[in-house]
Amino acid sequence: MATYSTNEFKSGLKIMLDGDPYAIVENEFVKPGKGQAFNRVRVRNLKSGRVIERTFKSGDSVEGADVLDIDMQYLYCDGEFWHFMNPTSFEQLAADATAVGDNARWLKENDLCQLTLWNGVPLSVLPPNFIIARITETDPGLKGDTSGGGGKPATLETGAVVRVPLFVQTDEVIKVDTRTGEYVSRVKE
Amino acid sequence: MLEVDTPALSRAAVTDPALASFAVDWHGPEPGRLWLQTSPEYAMKRLLAAGSGPIWQLAKVFRDGEAGRRHNPEFSLLEWYRPGFDHHALMDEVIDLVSELLAGRRALAEPERIRYQDAFLQHAGVDPFAADVPALRVACTRHALVPPPGMPEAQVEPWLDLLLSHVIEPRLGCGRLSFLYDYPPAQAALACIRRDETPAVGSRFELYLDGVELANGFHELGDAGEQRARFEADNRARVRAALPVMPVDEALLAALASGLPACAGVALGFDRLLMLAANAGGLDAVLAFPVDRA
Repeated sequence: MATYSTNEFKSGLKIMLDGDPYAIVENEFVKPGKGQAFNRVRVRNLKSGRVIERTFKSGDSVEGADVLDIDMQYLYCDGEFWHFMNPTSFEQLAADATAVGDNARWLKENDLCQLTLWNGVPLSVLPPNFIIARITETDPGLKGDTSGGGGKPATLETGAVVRVPLFVQTDEVIKVDTRTGEYVSRVKE
Repeated sequence: MLEVDTPALSRAAVTDPALASFAVDWHGPEPGRLWLQTSPEYAMKRLLAAGSGPIWQLAKVFRDGEAGRRHNPEFSLLEWYRPGFDHHALMDEVIDLVSELLAGRRALAEPERIRYQDAFLQHAGVDPFAADVPALRVACTRHALVPPPGMPEAQVEPWLDLLLSHVIEPRLGCGRLSFLYDYPPAQAALACIRRDETPAVGSRFELYLDGVELANGFHELGDAGEQRARFEADNRARVRAALPVMPVDEALLAALASGLPACAGVALGFDRLLMLAANAGGLDAVLAFPVDRA
């Protein structure tokens, strides 16, 4: 794997620290008037998501991390692994619960997700910004309600529970923003 | 005060291991390597020794490897020298100038002058003149500061630089001009050292505003022998750090030997001053084309 000099540091660069892959969030060159120059960086651990601060001597080199973002189609879950397919090469990959995490509740078959691979193994799975899914269960609401009210919980076919307006019923299909977990609209089939 | 203009190219260069000079190849008579100045200090001191009296210039200077939000490898220094001044008298003048330039743009509280030692005690809880490496390590840990890999941890200086740049500088110049002054002798750079003080201190100051270093000044060292010894010590430190040895400025040393009037001098980062006057977060707001677009 390539090494990167602190001169090449920029946000988004993937580097190895203490055996874990990290992405640089922010890079700042600092130098006291007449002293050692440092690169002070904020880095995000790509396994845990935790952001920490690290300091490097300017001019030093750091090992790069073999990390790659790739769009893959979600196929199915076998109870232990979530299976994805590369839509151009048809190559398949399995992501474990650590990589999928809470995002499992947004995974709908055939949707394109962004997988972050480290040494070819999925580190994290990002669902599409919006998904369209059927409501499998929600309390019957009152007729004539507008979408401005308090709403009620609804369970989606993917497993996620979102707040929907009272007029939305079981078996209806809705659009949801996975970044906020918020209801966007009803979708006509 | 007389405005002067000195060469940006020189056969000699700065020896300070923390400053990297750009080298250029010269193909005319006596061909060889020339260096771009990191500040006009040496040439201006030659003029002072020749009897120029008080002088100033706005000079383009060049520092290799320095790029970031507040660094550009090519920038402008406003540098001036006052015979008869010490560093405190010069700090007064810096306050007058910067206050006037920022008037109407920034509301500033009363300026602060804090000794290097007191700044460390106040902001990092450690005495930079007395602390050993374990004590400095504890101070860093207290501020969640992890030393960078490869830092020479057995020496005191890198720990002081780490604390200064990460803990102390961000706390200086909050809404006012802050002067850090009386540095450890090892960081005196080109300032005279007052050995009558306990501990001895280098008569150097730095000016900060909003945590940004704006200026560096000295009550200037005039002793040619001591200056030569510092240049040579710098070059020995360069050898230890696997950095190139720099050609010592013999013309400057000859000028000091002939007699530099007692004086104080300061170099103010002009682009950074513009940046702060404009309330901008980075130099790219005040440079036509920063290095990545030059």
